[in-house]
Amino acid sequence: MERKESEPTVGILALQGSVIEHESMLAKIGAKTLRVLKPEHLEEIDGIILPGGESTTLGKLLNLFSIAKPLKAKIERGMPVFGTCAGLILLAKEIEGEQPHLGTMDIKVRRNAYGRQIDSFIAHEVIEEFSTSPLELVFVRAPAIEKTFGKARVLKELDGRIIAARQENMLVTSFHPELTDDETVHRYFLSMFK
Amino acid sequence: MAKTEQNKLNKNLAQMLKGGVIMDVTTPAEAEIAQEAGAVAVMALERVPADIRRDGGVARMSDPAMIKGIQKAVTIPVMAKARIGHITEARVLEALGIDYIDESEVLTPADDAYHIDKHAFSVPFVCGARNLGEALRRIGEGASMIRTKGEAGTGNVVEAVRHMRQMMSEIRLLSNKPSEELMSYAKEIGAPYELVKYVAENKKLPVVNFAAGGVATPADAALMMTLGAEGVFVGSGIFKSSDPKKTARAIVLATAHYNDPKLIAEVSENLGTPMRGIELSTLSEEERLAKRGW
Repeated sequence: MERKESEPTVGILALQGSVIEHESMLAKIGAKTLRVLKPEHLEEIDGIILPGGESTTLGKLLNLFSIAKPLKAKIERGMPVFGTCAGLILLAKEIEGEQPHLGTMDIKVRRNAYGRQIDSFIAHEVIEEFSTSPLELVFVRAPAIEKTFGKARVLKELDGRIIAARQENMLVTSFHPELTDDETVHRYFLSMFK
Repeated sequence: MAKTEQNKLNKNLAQMLKGGVIMDVTTPAEAEIAQEAGAVAVMALERVPADIRRDGGVARMSDPAMIKGIQKAVTIPVMAKARIGHITEARVLEALGIDYIDESEVLTPADDAYHIDKHAFSVPFVCGARNLGEALRRIGEGASMIRTKGEAGTGNVVEAVRHMRQMMSEIRLLSNKPSEELMSYAKEIGAPYELVKYVAENKKLPVVNFAAGGVATPADAALMMTLGAEGVFVGSGIFKSSDPKKTARAIVLATAHYNDPKLIAEVSENLGTPMRGIELSTLSEEERLAKRGW
């Protein structure tokens, strides 16, 4: 597969969830996108975003559509991946009270770490890895990373909970950059394509 | 938290349900089947609409014990229905920690003039709408998600189709109007001006729009997605079919792949008998649930 380095195709797992939001974010910064609904779509992409949605549902659909195995293999071979909220849960090697889904990243995750919908919130914080100005961080029934191990690196903690992490080709945030007008995190993700 | 912020977050929560199927369930066992099949949320209620229709009488909020049982059984969001205008039923559901309240015409209305002031709640609401004006009135009252009001419990999708077509066509019409026509249009359809302006500028509702009412087969679900629905509610269609597990999964697959007829053909094979269904012309005006709501 020969591909121009300047123009990678970013897949967006499109089984369910905040697909259009990620698409329009990437369109804003001029990246080429492809909706991933079938295993064969994985052959056409250089990286993938796992969007927000219902992680239990997404986990089941990944298997139902036979995407889980080939996707896991591609991520393990180094394909850049960015998981937001539910996408973070899909990547975790350990999930409290639940079997892991793709299980590629050295993080332990707690689902709905902040409680119910009425505990959802918005914060404004600087995450130095991404930029020097504060970002709007939208948490919706958000998970949190309880701990990182192995090769995973903490990018940001908020009130004692890890909300962003990176491990080589894998980037995760427990918040939703796609629900804001700020494309900083998406630009950072694109910089991970070699 | 600031009220506007909570409202934004509630709309955001609905965005996470997009592309998904929300299934009516009456027991924890059914809720587990729904979750296993890939439902994105469940609607906890005592009787599915088909049975409410058959039994007649007054349909009310479900028993809190039954709702709690379902909350315990699944990790996906749990929704429940309150009667139109029944502020207290809604408060009870909020106290139970329900994730979404459906202020629903499927239950017997408690108030024949007013809907609940949904801004007064922290919990998000979904409401039914037959057209753009009704949708924007509900959003104006604080609904953070809209669905069509197809005739629930009939297994007949024609009304949901009518509502979705009506809504999409009004949105297209509105987005071509010059700004000076917006105020009169708002008056005409009985909707708040600010929301009319939003739709004119963005060519879409300010909240997620699902299909509901009469969806009985995978093809029905895919049809609604084709017409512009962002997800699907399935009420009686699953647990009134002869093979709920298979039907549930097939509807989930058809919703995600709504423009893949070959796949819809595959998942529609040997599903057994769907719910029987009712031809709408046999229903009297009083039997039509979609008429409820003001």
